[in-house]
Amino acid sequence: MATTAEGFDTNHEEHAHDHADHKPGFFKRWFMSTNHKDIGTLYLIFAIIAGIVGGAMSGVMRLELAEPGIQYLAGAVEFFGGNPSENANLHMWNVFITAHGLIMVFFMVMPAMIGGFGNWFVPLMIGAPDMAFPRMNNVSFWLTVAGFISLCFSLFVPGTGPDALGAGVGWTVYAPLSTTGNPGPAVDFAIFSLHLAGAGSILGATNFITTIFNMRAPGMTLHKMPLFVWSVLVTAFLLLLALPVLAAAITMLLTDRNFQTTFFDPSGGGDPVLYQHLFWFFGHPEVYIMILPGFGMISQIVATFSRKPVFGYLGMAYAMVAIGVVGFIVWAHHMYTVGLDVNTKMYFTAATMVIAVPTGVKIFSWIATMWGGSMEFKSPMVWAMGFIFLFTVGGVTGVVLANGGIDDNLHDTYYVVAHFHYVLSMGAVFSLFAGFYYWFPKMSGRMHSELLSHLHFWGFFIGVNVIFFPQHFLGMNGMPRRIPDYPEAFAYWNEISSYGYAIMAASMLIFFVNLVYAFTIGKKAAANPWGAGATTLEWTLSSPPPFHQFETLPVIEDHHDYHDHMPRGEKPASA
Amino acid sequence: MSAAQPTIDDRNLRTGGMALLGALAMLGLGYAAVPLYDLFCRVTGFGGTTQVATEAQAASAASVGIAKEISIRFDASTARDVPWTFNPAQATDTVRIGQRDLASYIARNDSKYPVTGTASFNVEPAQAGKYFHKIQCFCFTQQTLQPGQEVNMPVLYYVDPAILEDEFMADVEQITLSYTFHRAKEPVETGS
Repeated sequence: MATTAEGFDTNHEEHAHDHADHKPGFFKRWFMSTNHKDIGTLYLIFAIIAGIVGGAMSGVMRLELAEPGIQYLAGAVEFFGGNPSENANLHMWNVFITAHGLIMVFFMVMPAMIGGFGNWFVPLMIGAPDMAFPRMNNVSFWLTVAGFISLCFSLFVPGTGPDALGAGVGWTVYAPLSTTGNPGPAVDFAIFSLHLAGAGSILGATNFITTIFNMRAPGMTLHKMPLFVWSVLVTAFLLLLALPVLAAAITMLLTDRNFQTTFFDPSGGGDPVLYQHLFWFFGHPEVYIMILPGFGMISQIVATFSRKPVFGYLGMAYAMVAIGVVGFIVWAHHMYTVGLDVNTKMYFTAATMVIAVPTGVKIFSWIATMWGGSMEFKSPMVWAMGFIFLFTVGGVTGVVLANGGIDDNLHDTYYVVAHFHYVLSMGAVFSLFAGFYYWFPKMSGRMHSELLSHLHFWGFFIGVNVIFFPQHFLGMNGMPRRIPDYPEAFAYWNEISSYGYAIMAASMLIFFVNLVYAFTIGKKAAANPWGAGATTLEWTLSSPPPFHQFETLPVIEDHHDYHDHMPRGEKPASA
Repeated sequence: MSAAQPTIDDRNLRTGGMALLGALAMLGLGYAAVPLYDLFCRVTGFGGTTQVATEAQAASAASVGIAKEISIRFDASTARDVPWTFNPAQATDTVRIGQRDLASYIARNDSKYPVTGTASFNVEPAQAGKYFHKIQCFCFTQQTLQPGQEVNMPVLYYVDPAILEDEFMADVEQITLSYTFHRAKEPVETGS
C-alpha cells in the first residue's frame, strides 16, 4: 500500500510548508478555498442563510393561512416592488410556494447534507487528506451560491406581467404554466438558477465518487467504510444520474419559452406530460438525495450513543443502494392523476411499495442498534431518535399515498403536504440537526450547550408536529395545496398549524443562541467528546482538526472491523 | 513504486472523467426521451395513443367477422386561442368490432382571418389505445380554415378484434375518441 500512500501528495504547494496548520490569508482562505473543511464550513453557513430565507417565506405563508381570506399578500407584493391587485396577490402566493420549495431543496438541504457534512467528513472518515479535486470543489460551491442569487433575483423581475413579479410555477416548474403561463423573465432566472445549482451538484458528485473510490486510506475497504460515507457515495450516484435529466428538461423549457421549440407544446406536436415524466425521473431520486445522507448520519449517531456497532452493517449499506436503484423506477407515482391507465398505475403502486422494504430494514436496524445498547441521550441522539420516529410517520403516509386509487382522492391536497414535510422538514432536517450537534464540537472545537440543544429539540419537535400533523386532517377533508385562501371549514386546523410555526420559530432562536453560547463561553472540545462509542477516524484528530490532516495516512488493519477505525491499543479519548 | 503504476492524480482524472461522461450520457438520454417517448406511445398505445392502420390491415381485421358491437363516443374541444366551433357530427356510434366506420367532425372558423390548427388526440380508457386503429384522419395533417369556412372532417377507423382477448378490456363497453385543436405554431422565419 506504500504506493497509495505516496500518491496522496495532491497539494504540493501546501506541503512545502512544514506545518499542517498553516492557513492562507482571509480572502484566499474563504473565497479561493481548496480545503475540504473550509468549503464544508462555507456550505453550512450558506445553507443556514438560505434556510433563514426559505423559512421566513414559510412564515409569511403560515401567517396568511392562519385565517381565511387574503390579508398579507398585497404587502408582500409591494415588498418585492410589484403592484398589488387580485391577480398579483394570488401570483405572489405561487411565487412563495415556488421559492420556498426550491430554496429548501436546492439551497438548504442539499448544500448542508452533501456540500457541508459530506465535504467535512467524507475525507476525514476515509482517512484522506482532502477531496480528489479541491479546486473543482470550490467551483461547486460558488456555482451553488450563484444559483441562489439568480433565484433571489427572479423574485424582483416580471413573472406573469409587469406588476406580478417572480416565478409562480411551483418547484416542479410544470409546462404550460412555466411556458405560456409565466411569460416574464422571472422563470428564465429560476431555470438558470437550477442550471447553476445542478451543475455545481454534478461536479460535487463527481468529486465525491472519485474521492471515495480512489482516496481511501490503506486498508479502508468499501465494506469497512462508515455508513455516512456509503450514504454519500449512493447519493453522489443518484445526483450524477438524475440531475442531467432535469437539466435536459429545463433546457427544453427554456427553448420552448424563448426559441419557439415545442417540446412540451401540443400546437407543435409536443406533449406537456413528457415534461412531468422527465421532471419526476429526476424528482423522485431527488427526494432520496435529500434523505440518504441523513440516513448515514443517523447510523453514525445511533451507533455512537448506543456504544454498539450499528446492527446489520452490510444490510444497512445495501439497503441504501437498493433505495437508490428502486428510486429510479417509481417516478410516475407523482403523476397518478395525469391520465395513466390502470396497468401503469398498478406497476407504479407496487414498485413504490417495494421501497418500504429497504427503508424498513434501516428503521429496524437502528432500533436493533439501540436495543441492549448503553444509550446516552446526548443532543445528537435525541435528534436522531426524533428523526427515526417522525420519518417513520412520514413513511407510513407515503405508503398510503403510494396507492394509485387512494391518490386519486388525496393528490394535491394538504395530506401530500403533510407527508413530504414529515419526511423532509422532519426527516431531513432532524437528521441535519442531529449531524450538526454531533459534529459541531469537531468542526468548531467548542462545545455547545446540551441544555439549549435539548430545549431546541423539544421546541422544534412540538412545533413541527403542531404545524404538520393537522395538515393530514385538512388534506383528508379535501383542502387543496397551493392556495392562499380557503373555506371557513378549514379554518380551525389551519390556525393551529400556524401556531405550530410560532413554536418552531421560537425553538430556532434557541438554536442561534446556542451557537453564540458555543463560540463565546462554550468549553473547548476534546478530540473525542462523545466517548467510547465514537470510533470513526474523525475522532482521532484534534477538535477542530488541523488545516491539513493525515499527512501520514492512517492504516486500517485486519483487526479493525467496519465499526472500529481507532488505532490499535488506543482507547478513544474521553471528554 | 514502478514507473508504470498510474499516480493518484491520473487515477482521479480517469474516475472523475468517467463520472462526468456518465452525467453527459444522462443528459443525452434526457433529450433522447423526446423521440423515444413519442415512439413508445405510438407503439404501445400508452396514454390512449391511437394506432395507424393500412387498408390491408383494415381488410384483414374486417375478415375476422365478429358480431360483437362496441360503442364509440366522440369528443371535441379547442385550445383557448383557436377561434373555431368544433363538434362531432354524431355523439356516439355503435360499430361491429373489426368493421370500419366513418365518423365526422364539423369545424367552423368563427374569426375574420384564416387559422391553421393541428389536432392532438387520444382515446379513453387509455388501455384501448392499442386497439383503436385509424385508416384516415383529419388529425394526420394540419387543417387551415378560411374566415367563416365550415368543413366536414372525416375519420375512418376500426376497433381491432384482439380487444376481445384482453382481460383489461373485458369490462369496457364504450371507447371515447377525443380531439383537441391547437393553433399550429407558425414556422420560424429564416433569412430575409
